[in-house]
Amino acid sequence: MSAAFVVGVLVAAGVFLLLRPGLLRVVLGFVLLGHAVNVVLLAAGGLARRTAALEEVGPDTADPLPQAFVLTAIVISFGITIHLLGLLRRGAGGPAADPTGGDADADSEGDGGEGGHGTGRRR
Amino acid sequence: MSGLLLIPVVGPLLVAGVLLALPGRTRLHRVGAFTTMTVVLATGLALLAWTGGGALAVLRVGGWPGSIAISLAADVLSALLVTVTALVVLCCLVAAVGSGDDSRPYFLPLVLVLAAGSGGAFLTTDLFNLFVLIEVMLVPSYVLLSLAGGAGRGGAGRVYVATNLLGSTLLLAGVALVYGTTGVVGLGDLAGAARDQPTVAVAGGVVLLALGVKSALVPLHDWLPRTYPVASPVVVALFSGLLTKVGLYAVIRIYAVVYGGDPGYRWLLGAVALVSMVVGVLGAVGENSMRRILTFHMVSQLGYVLLGLALFTAAALAAAVYYLAQYIVVKAALFLCAAAVRAGRGTDRLDGSGGLAGQRPALALAFAGAALSLAGLPPFSGFLAKFLLLRATAEAGAWLAMTVAVLVSLVTLLSMLKVWSALFTGDPPASSSVAKRIGPTLVGPPLALAGLSLAAGLAAAPLLMLADTAAAGLRDPVDYVRAVTGR
Repeated sequence: MSAAFVVGVLVAAGVFLLLRPGLLRVVLGFVLLGHAVNVVLLAAGGLARRTAALEEVGPDTADPLPQAFVLTAIVISFGITIHLLGLLRRGAGGPAADPTGGDADADSEGDGGEGGHGTGRRR
Repeated sequence: MSGLLLIPVVGPLLVAGVLLALPGRTRLHRVGAFTTMTVVLATGLALLAWTGGGALAVLRVGGWPGSIAISLAADVLSALLVTVTALVVLCCLVAAVGSGDDSRPYFLPLVLVLAAGSGGAFLTTDLFNLFVLIEVMLVPSYVLLSLAGGAGRGGAGRVYVATNLLGSTLLLAGVALVYGTTGVVGLGDLAGAARDQPTVAVAGGVVLLALGVKSALVPLHDWLPRTYPVASPVVVALFSGLLTKVGLYAVIRIYAVVYGGDPGYRWLLGAVALVSMVVGVLGAVGENSMRRILTFHMVSQLGYVLLGLALFTAAALAAAVYYLAQYIVVKAALFLCAAAVRAGRGTDRLDGSGGLAGQRPALALAFAGAALSLAGLPPFSGFLAKFLLLRATAEAGAWLAMTVAVLVSLVTLLSMLKVWSALFTGDPPASSSVAKRIGPTLVGPPLALAGLSLAAGLAAAPLLMLADTAAAGLRDPVDYVRAVTGR
């Protein structure tokens, strides 16, 4: 029950942030959503059983599999969050009006050869 | 034999790790990448030879028992996709040499990681490992998209990462729900579970929804035409061969095994398939660059494969497998043509001067072959794939699906003719150094892939036999389940 409440609050806050303009809010929204899913994963193994699965296995022993899942998921989402922050940093010098940036048409003439300079620096 | 299963996953990852430690040595990177992908291709062919008769190769890494081991398994469908994608990656590597993409820092190691993730996703037998391997595949794609793109890649990169991150979060939530309802995540342990228990069907539905985002099925497709066209065409060719196909493969596998082909959901799959076909092909009508047109056609063509899954008869599934295998080759050939056009003219927009057919007849030949195959004209493989699929729809009495499939093919042909007449016919520009910039490393790969499509259309018997075996395995996955669970 408490897990369901936590997941609900985290998802609500995450979705709210995702729908706000600005990439930083989107990144924070994804962080919250990731936490919500991690709680779901832990709850999937049963939150009532809490003894560490180290020595003898009894009825109270926690399910280690969801814990391993969560650990993996945390590492992955951490890496991608850093990448998103990098994208944010690269676009930081530009004008504020590029929240979604769906401007895929901008592939203009003569951009073929050069790969070195990012959008931020060009602006 | 089962030890071979590690090669498509671990091989490219290991080599990528070594190459990352030795940056800036392009020649070494090329040798490493080409060797690795050749070995993966050979492994795929060996697996294909082994599984072609219906046998399965299963490997439990570390020798743990079935349900807790990291299991890899290849049936003929997995082996076929590993082989075809390795071939496409090799061709893209050759084209990357020609277009100069591979001299960008870390390009080749990233491609290897991408290949490792997709190979692993084709071979894994576990929903959570599927999630992990899809992430292994996506992380380098985030970088590749913004590394070698044109202007506007920053914004498109953000849309791409955000959409895929949302899809991955959803996928993980789906896996959590499946684990919560069943206590297992192995495909073998889950066999038929979603057919028998509605709660598992809901949890599996979340997984399928997330995979629908990854494979860009309508109405979850909108990110694809927004993001792919800003990347370098060689990178788009790679993505089109690997990324969306992994999502589609996972949809096919999960529906066949976990849902047991439950007839109650076929109308939904069929509706998504038809809407994808129509929306994708109509989206391409108004576009004016080669990459954007081809990207919309990706959405449309994936609908055909899904239609075969929705019918779920032996003939329809065989047609879907054959369609998927040949379509990966054809689409990569078209995107590599776009790469050559862009290298020559500086752009792949359709507004410039044409005349490429006179200047580079080999490239025109490659494009013509691949385009006709995409539209489904004989004697190319696309014709046979569409013919088999249409025959299966007729046998199943799905006349609406058959009509839509034929009409969408016609619009596809019109779209390809538009590209042809804008870029290849007409007079070349007066002061032209276009042809010089399109070297043999850019023309060769699409020509080879188009030739392969022709061969797969003319001498289709071996591929059709493999597709039939794969379809039998999908319709009745009892052998797969027994091999994977070890029971």
